[in-house]
Amino acid sequence: MTACSTQVVELRGVGKSFAGTPVLADIDFAVERSEVVCVIGPSGSGKSTLLRCINLLEQPDQGTVAVLDQELTDPDCDIDSARRRIGMVFQQFNLFPLHTALENCALAPRTVLGMNRREARERARAELDRVGLGDQIASYPAHLSGGQQQRVAIARALAMAPELMLFDEPTSALDPELVGDVLASIRQLAVAGMTLIIVTHEMAFAREIADRVIFMDGGRIVESGPPEAVIDAPRQSRTQTFLQRITDRAPSPG
Amino acid sequence: MRLSRRRRARIVRAVQYLVLAAVACVAGLLADWPTIGHTFFDPALIRQTLVHGLGLALWHTVAYTVGAFVLGMVAGTLLALMRLSSIGPYRWLATAYIEFFRGLPALVVFIAFSLLPLAFPSLSIPFDPYGTVWLALGIVGSAYMAETIRAGIQAVPKGQIEAARSLGMTPAQTMRHVALPQAFRIMIPPLTNELIMLIKDSSLVFIVGLSASDFDLTKFGRASANANVNITPLVVAGLGYLAITLPLSILVRRMEARTARTR
Ligand SMILES: Nc1ncnc2c1ncn2[C@@H]1O[C@H](COP(=O)(O)OP(=O)(O)OP(=O)(O)O)[C@@H](O)[C@H]1O
Ligand SMILES: [Mg+2]
Repeated sequence: MTACSTQVVELRGVGKSFAGTPVLADIDFAVERSEVVCVIGPSGSGKSTLLRCINLLEQPDQGTVAVLDQELTDPDCDIDSARRRIGMVFQQFNLFPLHTALENCALAPRTVLGMNRREARERARAELDRVGLGDQIASYPAHLSGGQQQRVAIARALAMAPELMLFDEPTSALDPELVGDVLASIRQLAVAGMTLIIVTHEMAFAREIADRVIFMDGGRIVESGPPEAVIDAPRQSRTQTFLQRITDRAPSPG
Repeated sequence: MRLSRRRRARIVRAVQYLVLAAVACVAGLLADWPTIGHTFFDPALIRQTLVHGLGLALWHTVAYTVGAFVLGMVAGTLLALMRLSSIGPYRWLATAYIEFFRGLPALVVFIAFSLLPLAFPSLSIPFDPYGTVWLALGIVGSAYMAETIRAGIQAVPKGQIEAARSLGMTPAQTMRHVALPQAFRIMIPPLTNELIMLIKDSSLVFIVGLSASDFDLTKFGRASANANVNITPLVVAGLGYLAITLPLSILVRRMEARTARTR
């Protein structure tokens, strides 16, 4: 990362097919440092795939992905070290079930960053404190609520001190009353100036937190702009239809 | 309708008990109890077997099996990782090994090992006879264990691997810290079955040729039964196997119950 560059993510002409079916087509997408981008769109539109192309959990068929001035699609790129700087939070949490909350957060700092046990635990404890789970460090994932599990997952990603965080529908698997705590943790990151890309169906949250909202449909970015434009005054008919359907289905946004 | 179904179930159960009772009666009437008593359960011989040699034979069976199990686990893990490798020749080699030794009766492997010194007179396997037994039994076990371990690794949810990789862990670190611990948890019951099978297969070690001081349970029981012209020592040896396998089953069931609770 050179000091002058403010570009954190840059996708150029990214395309991806699964078994011959195109899922992403010719995506150009860039994110600035400290920018908060929310990705919305109907199911199957390619939101997750787009997100997973950014840390190369999916390998794009075409185009280039650059993160923090490192071209990840370059075959010579050390993807493991690149991923240290890209945190990811999954819809299903994916916590390590045999590890406590603390161990979940300390594992990667210890194995990947080479911290000693005490350092890693201190780091882990600080991140769990940050998401409000300082009192749950010894709990196993199975003993935590969905909202708590997701916050541990956020702390686990943060423990690597990433410069960019990717969220794939972080609250979609949660009971409605547990959504708030998770969103609060994400909001905290946004306030602290972390670069965030969030796939979400929480329109109220997107409107509040996003610097930019992109609407995807059929593997393309159909519309992109500030939330007041994309969510409140969409210009594309597909965006309008999608937002109409969402507001019809859920009277209280969420 | 409901009543008649319940009554029918009760009648079926009664018939099942009756059949069982009838079989027991016939067996009881036909059996020659005095002969059974003194050829299978001779009290003097039971005592003699328990005091002289059973403990040592039991120890040998345990030592042969545990060594083979450890060896089989190491080789099995290696083979499982080879089978899951992205490198073709590793996959083919592992598949060939697994299919070959799974398809072969353990008896044949032991016979092959007993012929090894004939084929390679200069070859000497260390820790005789343990080395030979561990190798032969371990080879048989590793083929089965490899498949169990592979299935266990593949049963680890994909999201676990993705979470680990997204944190920057290498494939090897992911395997060691995330996938394998969970896979082994999944594999405890089938691996125990394989351990129990190995315990029983260890009765074939006599084929590689043992001196009397190295006899396992079966060989010890048979030798003693032949010497006394009485089956009792073999029956005692059989109970010796149960003394190992039954606690093992109970232990595993406990462990399973405990993991079920933390999930
Ligand atoms: N590994 C895969 N193999 C085959 N098809 C896939 C795979 N991953 C995604 N797809 C397909 O690609 C399309 C886009 O998937 P993606 O998960 O990116 O959509 P999404 O916008 O995240 O949808 P949702 O809102 O349901 O999460 C879908 O039709 C999906 O079935
Ligand atoms: Mg998705």
